[in-house]
Amino acid sequence: MAHAITFSTREPHRAFRLSMLLNDSRYRSYTIQIFVLMCLMLGIAWLVDNTVRNLALLGKDFSFSFLWSTAGYDINQRLINYDTQMTHGRAALVGLLNTVVLAVLSCALATIIGVAAGVLRLSGNPIVARLMTVYVEVFRNIPLLLWILVFGAIMSEAVPAPNAFKGENATASMIFGAVAITNRGVFVPEPLFTRDLGTLNLGIIQPSLSVVAIVVVVILCWLVHRALVRHAERVQSQTGIRPVTWWKTITVLSGPPLLLLWALGFHLGYPELRGFNFQGGLQLRNALIAMWLGLGIYTGAFIAENVRAGILAISKGQSEAAHALGLRPGKTMRLVILPQALRVIVPPLISQYLNITKNTSLGLAVGYMDLRSTFGGITINQTGRELEGMLLLMLIYLSLSLTISGSMNVYNARVGLKER
Amino acid sequence: MKKSLFLLTLSAVALLSGTAMAGTLDEVKARGKLNCGVSSGTAGFSAPDAKGVWQGFDVAFCRAVAAAVLGDPMKVEFVPTTGQTRFTALASGEIDVLSRATTWTFSRDTDLKLTFAGTNFYDGQAFMVKKELGVSSAKDLNGATVCIQSGTTTELNLAEYFRINKMSYEPVPVDSSAEGERQYQAGACDVYTSDGSNLASVRASFKNPPDHVILPEIISKEPLGPIVRQGDEQWADIVHWTQNALFAAEELGVTKANVDQLADASDDPEINRLLGKEGDLGKMLGLDADWARRAIAAGGNYGEIFAANLGDDTPIRLTRGLNALWTKGGLMYSQPFR
Repeated sequence: MAHAITFSTREPHRAFRLSMLLNDSRYRSYTIQIFVLMCLMLGIAWLVDNTVRNLALLGKDFSFSFLWSTAGYDINQRLINYDTQMTHGRAALVGLLNTVVLAVLSCALATIIGVAAGVLRLSGNPIVARLMTVYVEVFRNIPLLLWILVFGAIMSEAVPAPNAFKGENATASMIFGAVAITNRGVFVPEPLFTRDLGTLNLGIIQPSLSVVAIVVVVILCWLVHRALVRHAERVQSQTGIRPVTWWKTITVLSGPPLLLLWALGFHLGYPELRGFNFQGGLQLRNALIAMWLGLGIYTGAFIAENVRAGILAISKGQSEAAHALGLRPGKTMRLVILPQALRVIVPPLISQYLNITKNTSLGLAVGYMDLRSTFGGITINQTGRELEGMLLLMLIYLSLSLTISGSMNVYNARVGLKER
Repeated sequence: MKKSLFLLTLSAVALLSGTAMAGTLDEVKARGKLNCGVSSGTAGFSAPDAKGVWQGFDVAFCRAVAAAVLGDPMKVEFVPTTGQTRFTALASGEIDVLSRATTWTFSRDTDLKLTFAGTNFYDGQAFMVKKELGVSSAKDLNGATVCIQSGTTTELNLAEYFRINKMSYEPVPVDSSAEGERQYQAGACDVYTSDGSNLASVRASFKNPPDHVILPEIISKEPLGPIVRQGDEQWADIVHWTQNALFAAEELGVTKANVDQLADASDDPEINRLLGKEGDLGKMLGLDADWARRAIAAGGNYGEIFAANLGDDTPIRLTRGLNALWTKGGLMYSQPFR
């Protein structure tokens, strides 16, 4: 024993030799790590140096000043004020908002389709289950770009032109006199206010005050509703009797918003045919519809599989135990199966949302003016700032994706397994 | 130890980045073929024929350059580009010359660091509509839906034209001429706007061309020509003077048919200088004496190329107009070969 101690204390005092970097296991891992790090830095240094040299060779500088010069091109779908005399930076913002709108719409559609198809694929009805299998396999095994082009072609080739709605013997008519599906896009009624509150000036964006007011009121109503539910739960846990809340919920959730809409003079503006095209109403352009359907239905197939996997991951014993305790099938699903299944479903769902957001950049194929088409396409082309433009584009997509995965991770933590 | 590794890194970086860019001419010769950027399919300008061989006005020009530099007009690799990818393809070295109806503008010349090797086609932006719309002037297009190729000068001209005429329009951006054609034919837009020559080419490919009218207004100047990267003067000279050789050949009456005969037995000193019998112009350019002879033999002189691809015998039926020689009231003019 004593011998071993003297041996181990003497060892660190041995002089350091260079060969120990490779032969001694205490140092070897550091040597390898430093070597790999050096290689990585070497690679990055080479890339940067190469870029700088080639830029100098081409006589190009590195500057973002083009963001403040006049864009000069039009963007058909714009959520904020924009005209051709505004800057490239503004055009990028218009494109970014178009990207976000498309991503949000597609995520919603993909989730609805995915959850429905995933649940139905487990259905006991063989026809329904097989149909869903066909949907999943057909959509997820054909490239997304082709689906987008297919929907784009359907929208421009297979629906009537606006002048088919014209005249005595029109060959096409509007659905309920309110929605017109044309090869220029789908025209739907738009919400209008007779007593509009004007706009809120925030510098770069000017949101409508009426819309802001409605959003605020809806959020407030929902908070009140949550307080009501919590109160009811407290009473139930103290007395065992749950107070009746349904009429309070309906009043709180629908009363104030309806009152506000009435005060603002809410009405619908219907599209009507004037000149070349429909005027008034909200125009959902072909490109948006094609991208929305393409992204939503394609990604829905992947989400369906995630949902199916999540439900199958819960062992049969769980539902049997719930039934044994006397829970009805609905409650079994809501209180036992779903909370556990969500733990499996949500992490891959985050990936699918990120995929949708990044895949919106395929918009150019059907002429959807997203960030990639406006800033990453036309601006870069007109100004010749490929390097700066692409770097900025990557940075924007990166921050967008990180924001989505960040907020989805918060949700995941809430539905995740809580160990006490 | 750390210090020596650091020094090693530094020297390796210096070594790796030390490789200088070779001249484009040497690169093309070493490669044995010319990489030429063209549009991805515009009848009459650049499109593969039934056998898969690229044909057209822009294509013929690349073949002339390949003949001058490499001695064989077929040693060309055609790279289809879109309005959005063309400049990146050129700047990155993927193509040696861009021959794709690209407008020579101030900002492209200066800010995009391109070198325009001359103008081989004078064009202007126009509008095409279906005859049944009954529109006779571009001023009647208020509220129209317009298909437009994304990333082109026509996009900017269009926005400006409608703005100064206080009209509104709905742009439908398309990625390529083919996609624009499809959208226009499907009726997804009322108007298709592009360079006049492009519209003529598109219309010629329709089933019933007289059903479509090209409106009389020409809203812009579009001088089109081949482009090279800025910074390689020798290569720019080769492309520029190959084009001049084609203009000069038309002016001097040198054709595909008689070029070999004239090269051997001509008394005209200008023809002799052009075809390499007198002087050593080829050497000054870094090529051999026969360069222009081969370039002309490839597809004929400028007039022959125009007639074969865009002229009256083709479905496109463009008249020479501004693209006639300066001696015939046009703008085509070669600097002297001296």
